[in-house]
Amino acid sequence: MSSWINLTAIWQIVVVGLLAGAGLPALVATGLYALSLAGKGQVPASGSGTGRVAGVAVAALCFATVLAAIGYGIYLIVSSSH
Amino acid sequence: MHNDLVIVVVVVTALAFDFTNGFHDTGNAMATSIATGALGPRTAVAISGLLNLVGAFLSLSVAATIASGLVETKVVTPTVVFAGLTGAIIWNLATWYLGIPSSSSHALIGGVVGATLAAAGGSAVKWQGLASKVVIPAALSPAIAGLIAVTGTYLVYRISRNVADGIRGPGFRLAQIGSASMVSLAHGTNDAQKTMGIITMALIANGSLPAAASAPFWVILSAGLAISAGTYLGGWRVIRTLGKGLVEIESPQGMAAESSSAAVILLSSHFGYSLSTTQVATGSILGSGLARKGAEVRWRVAGRMATAWLVTLPAAAVVGAGSYALASAVGGTPGVLVDLALLMLAAGFIYARSRQTKVSAKNVNADWTGGVAPAAAVAGV
Repeated sequence: MSSWINLTAIWQIVVVGLLAGAGLPALVATGLYALSLAGKGQVPASGSGTGRVAGVAVAALCFATVLAAIGYGIYLIVSSSH
Repeated sequence: MHNDLVIVVVVVTALAFDFTNGFHDTGNAMATSIATGALGPRTAVAISGLLNLVGAFLSLSVAATIASGLVETKVVTPTVVFAGLTGAIIWNLATWYLGIPSSSSHALIGGVVGATLAAAGGSAVKWQGLASKVVIPAALSPAIAGLIAVTGTYLVYRISRNVADGIRGPGFRLAQIGSASMVSLAHGTNDAQKTMGIITMALIANGSLPAAASAPFWVILSAGLAISAGTYLGGWRVIRTLGKGLVEIESPQGMAAESSSAAVILLSSHFGYSLSTTQVATGSILGSGLARKGAEVRWRVAGRMATAWLVTLPAAAVVGAGSYALASAVGGTPGVLVDLALLMLAAGFIYARSRQTKVSAKNVNADWTGGVAPAAAVAGV
């Protein structure tokens, strides 16, 4: 069977694909949500100033992670081919 | 001298194929960004063309391998390669005319396999290689990409349902441009390679390059430029089907679909498992339509695509085989030139037909009325 279907490759593509292909968009959404909370000052309990800073920080973390993942992906392509 | 003429014809035809590959596949990356208005049509194809060129230079790992696991390379002559390319080009043009996003790699492989069959019979085709490297991945590509896009779209809508509109719209549009750019880059790393591989294979078969040679720089450059120019031209008919015909799409869906496509294409080349760019992109867009409540998925359109995918390999193979049979019946260099003349006639005919129901940057986003040609274009005939 393994000469017909490369199960190892498929398994890797599905798992890493879910992390990158679905996880990164989810992170973008999370970042936007955090920004939205910060912008609207809707964070309950904590004072609106702290909430704003926390929201922006979470958003920045999310977007930075996404950019880093993309950069790493490009690095992998370039390095695996030369 | 004769051989030199043939090899020049083969190289030019391969670049022409690469060009059709470019405009056939622009939609894979840019269709949803154009449909949601995240990018203007002209800007979208310009970005995509540029990134395809960059991608062509980024990754050069598989350049000489496209056909080696599929046919016995020792029976491959420049004429076989040429006949295969005619099959691939004609199939690409026909599906573009119909606005169907079909796989350019399948067209190329089908054409070369058909020409090889005509030249050397069934024993020269590695059937198991064909099944394990082409047919089975073709069935898996849309499923894997669709699964990831469904997951991504669901998560994105779930997480972002309370995001303020002022952030949501621009935020997702920006993210969508980023993800579409990644698909363009991935496309350049993948698809430009196929033409480089084909040209290199023909040069080796002709004795112009030693057996284990990798693609020379001029091949890399010209293949990159050809696919980039084709992408920039914009395959508006296919873009329209993918962006407007298949599902009703919003920016968050587009972003999720493209992230899935980019991830799957890049991963599959990284793990050495070649999935079709087109089938991955289509599966992703379909998945993004399934996961958003209220998004209409047009199964008739999806069904037409699936049918075209089934037919691609055999149809391109039949044209490739016929083309080889004709070339060898006429014989030698004149045979190749007769084929070339027919190819140009067929291409001209399809192009002339497409002008009658023209789809362009101006009407690509017109409401979907059941066919690739917008209602106004049909009425205007």
